[in-house]
Amino acid sequence: MSESREEVRPAPAVVAGATAPEVPLLDVADLTTYYQVRRPLTERLTRTPQAWVHAVDGISFRMARGEMMALVGESGCGKTTTAQTILGMVKPTSGAIRLNGTDIAGMDERRLRPLRRTLQMIYQDPYESLDPRFRVRESVEEPMLVHGIGRSRAQRETLAVEALERSGLAPARLFLDRFPHELSGGQRQRVAIAAALVLGPDLLLADEPVSMLDVSVRAGVLSLLDSLRRSDDMGILMITHDLSTAARFADRIAVMYLGRIVEHGPAADVVRNPQHPYTKALLSVVPKRDPRERSTPQILTGETPNPVNVPAGCRFHPRCPVAEERCKLEDPQLRLPAAATSPSHQAACLLI
Amino acid sequence: MSLLEVSGLHVWFEPPSAAEVHAVQGVDFALDEGERFGLVGESGCGKTTTILALMGLLPPNSYVAGEVRLGGQNILAGGEDSVRAYRWKDIAMVFQGAMNALNPVKKVGWQIAEPMAFHGIAQGAAARKRAGELLEMVGIPAASGERYPHEFSGGMRQRAAIAMALACEPKILLADEPTTALDVMVQAQILELLTRLCADLGLALILVTHDLPVVAQVCERAAVMYAGEIVEAGATEALYHSPRHPYTRLLFAATPDLYGRDAMISIPGAPPRLDTTAAGCPFRPRCDVPLARCADDHPELRLVEPGHQAACHRNELVGAL
Amino acid sequence: MTLPLQDPLLSAEGKGQPSRRTGFFRSVLRERKSAVIGLAIIIFFVVLAIIAPYIAPYSVTTPSCAVYAPPSLQHWLGCDDGGFDMVSLLMVGGRISMIVGFAATLVAMVIGGGVGILSGYFGGWIDVSLMRVTDYLLVIPDLVFMMVIADLWGASLFHVIMVIGILEWTSTARIIRAQVMSVRERAYVKRARGMGSGNFRIVWRHIMPQVGPLLIANTVLTIAIAIYLETALAFLGLEDPTAVTWGTILENAFQRTAISSGAWWAIVPAGFAIAAVIVGCFLFGQAVEDALNPRLRVAHLAIRPWRLRPLVGRGPGAI
Repeated sequence: MSESREEVRPAPAVVAGATAPEVPLLDVADLTTYYQVRRPLTERLTRTPQAWVHAVDGISFRMARGEMMALVGESGCGKTTTAQTILGMVKPTSGAIRLNGTDIAGMDERRLRPLRRTLQMIYQDPYESLDPRFRVRESVEEPMLVHGIGRSRAQRETLAVEALERSGLAPARLFLDRFPHELSGGQRQRVAIAAALVLGPDLLLADEPVSMLDVSVRAGVLSLLDSLRRSDDMGILMITHDLSTAARFADRIAVMYLGRIVEHGPAADVVRNPQHPYTKALLSVVPKRDPRERSTPQILTGETPNPVNVPAGCRFHPRCPVAEERCKLEDPQLRLPAAATSPSHQAACLLI
Repeated sequence: MSLLEVSGLHVWFEPPSAAEVHAVQGVDFALDEGERFGLVGESGCGKTTTILALMGLLPPNSYVAGEVRLGGQNILAGGEDSVRAYRWKDIAMVFQGAMNALNPVKKVGWQIAEPMAFHGIAQGAAARKRAGELLEMVGIPAASGERYPHEFSGGMRQRAAIAMALACEPKILLADEPTTALDVMVQAQILELLTRLCADLGLALILVTHDLPVVAQVCERAAVMYAGEIVEAGATEALYHSPRHPYTRLLFAATPDLYGRDAMISIPGAPPRLDTTAAGCPFRPRCDVPLARCADDHPELRLVEPGHQAACHRNELVGAL
Repeated sequence: MTLPLQDPLLSAEGKGQPSRRTGFFRSVLRERKSAVIGLAIIIFFVVLAIIAPYIAPYSVTTPSCAVYAPPSLQHWLGCDDGGFDMVSLLMVGGRISMIVGFAATLVAMVIGGGVGILSGYFGGWIDVSLMRVTDYLLVIPDLVFMMVIADLWGASLFHVIMVIGILEWTSTARIIRAQVMSVRERAYVKRARGMGSGNFRIVWRHIMPQVGPLLIANTVLTIAIAIYLETALAFLGLEDPTAVTWGTILENAFQRTAISSGAWWAIVPAGFAIAAVIVGCFLFGQAVEDALNPRLRVAHLAIRPWRLRPLVGRGPGAI
């Protein structure tokens, strides 16, 4: 197994300056992604100013190898756009995305392609993310063919079998010739994971990897991702709306609201000692498993506003239960709260 | 006498050129006035089909057996024609993906008023006024009745769907995965709305979902379905604290809790096919504590404690689960 | 580190679909008798066209019987105005008609399929400009255009093929474009792109297999239209009059007073052959198109509302 793994793994990026500290796996700095709102001709003619959807409005974070970070938030917060931008499917408006030191933000497809081996994504819908006409063998071999891994059919098959078995589909030979419609949702997601693993990525993006799976199979897929990141020293950025899953599996949690990270820190701290009012409200409305535990949910009024019209000052102030006057004027930055129990726990609120 | 009594409900589907699927296999339960009852299970267990059968909303080429007694009367006895009189008037439903089931070319207020005319409750201006009142009741300004569904957000559309279900003042509200596609904050809003409406209007609620914590927080009693059958039923507290069926226990263990410390497990295997009949307990292949008799002997739903039923042979052993 | 096997080998879902890629056409043939009939007709005429020169009983260049001789034992379908045997004329004419039909369709499919794929996959200005061209050609009336071309360039089979091909690709392009656009949005295509697949590879491996059956259905239907148009052109005298096609057979018969002579055998067989091929193409093409549309799965006559089923001899909980 070790020989083939060395062949598969690409050489790490060379870092200039041997005395520099270890380069983080992923370093996102002030990333913004805005979409243009399509204007009808009448508005274009009357020169109405162009409106922008502030999907991602300035986020920064770092990830180390072997770390699992959860990007948590509701719909419209920008977590999916963040993942799409990191993957290079969407062009950022500004900011840097440094993967092993190399800035890939806005890189054109040709230069990005070889780097795609180090960066892979698992998608939300296991029923749609595999080509229904490809057998499992072909789905797992496709990345190898694209990137030129494996010199012969036999070698590719060996690598495919290894990836499938590491994804929990054993004995792999029984799965190789199956079509996706013959597999359950959990099995399909494992095939997708195997297809990503076969390239030996350093960073894996997982967009809601279990939200479309039955409850009884979720833990299996999540444990698989967890064990893989430990054994392969692979970083996993998990996008999810499920705080319970994030709390259970992630090392760090970043809570997003309307394009910004409003709280960021070790998972245990964010969940047990939330500092930002949004995080507190979000945690309070997660229903408890035990019927006897009656929570007092802090239900916010209304819904997340449109990312086209971001409120002035603190973007959360219209819905914040403890907003003050100054919150309408000043846009808070991430900083260490007074009541934090960990030095890497940050929140963007003026009142803490 | 309960408000709703379901006994021996079976549903079969006849897909073209394939074996018959026995989607619901002998479901019995009762619902009292004002009660909030949860029907829990994973995909394919038959929970949606069960509540569709209560309203006679089954697809063509299907068969139904059993009785659904509403206030003593079996509403399925006369087929489609008999159940139509009760549909929406006594028992109404909020569908899965209701927010996408609103007619995009009709104003929301019109859609809410539509069933009122059919059941002879209100017409024209009176119906529209009542539609406005219903919108207010679900937390939407009455004037929004003049808007179209695409102008509403996801949460508002779900509220509108609830208002539509309440149009004819039913006694029973069926909610099929009402919050599954919604954010957790909006989910909390909708669940709080449903709970408040049930209390204010004296509505009985059957909440169908795969999300156990939702049922734990909203419903007083619940039934767990597996492979078309009810495997356990009782107070939600009892289901969590003293489960009497391995599936219930494992299902709770597979659901993560925000602050819980126990390991999140998964249940190996997959549910059985519903187009073949197999002997024994349907959960046996995945059970972690099977007995010898579970292979051939199909367990019946039996009372294990007052108000608590389970279909598992282990309950007959001393010192069960 | 190995993880325990979680799920069994075969799940409870999706057993009704074909397990092999070619299984689609096999299942269409199995489910729809119309497809079998249609395909049989097409194959029959194709085979006939191929072996025509070898089995035609008489020559089509030298007369072998009297003018408008009625059907007899030597000439099963009689003879036409020039004294040529009708059966031989039909066989040889069918060969040419089929060649024209297939060739024209090939031109239409290559252009239409190519435009559809480029347009649907790349979108943007490529799509806009190609669709404008398509729109212009779509609205040109077929026969008028053909008459103009025939007038300008002269009447020959090659021109007929080109004209039909140029006019017929537009509807194919639109259909293929729509399908490519919907396949392009599917998650596995996006995943392929995110993995680093190039455009050509994505189109070839992921999009073509989805578009293929639709293209084939469309091809078959276009063959029918092409043969029909060839007949029309011949009938209007816009085709090379020395060529022997079903269209020219009909045209000759019409011009040379076959009807007033009562020589039905000069008209009906050719007409019947054309109709048969068109019907065959339509049966098969429609069956494939219907099979591609998942919503048309259930035969409408078999639908009935839900029914109560009495539990005969069983107690409520005993099933």
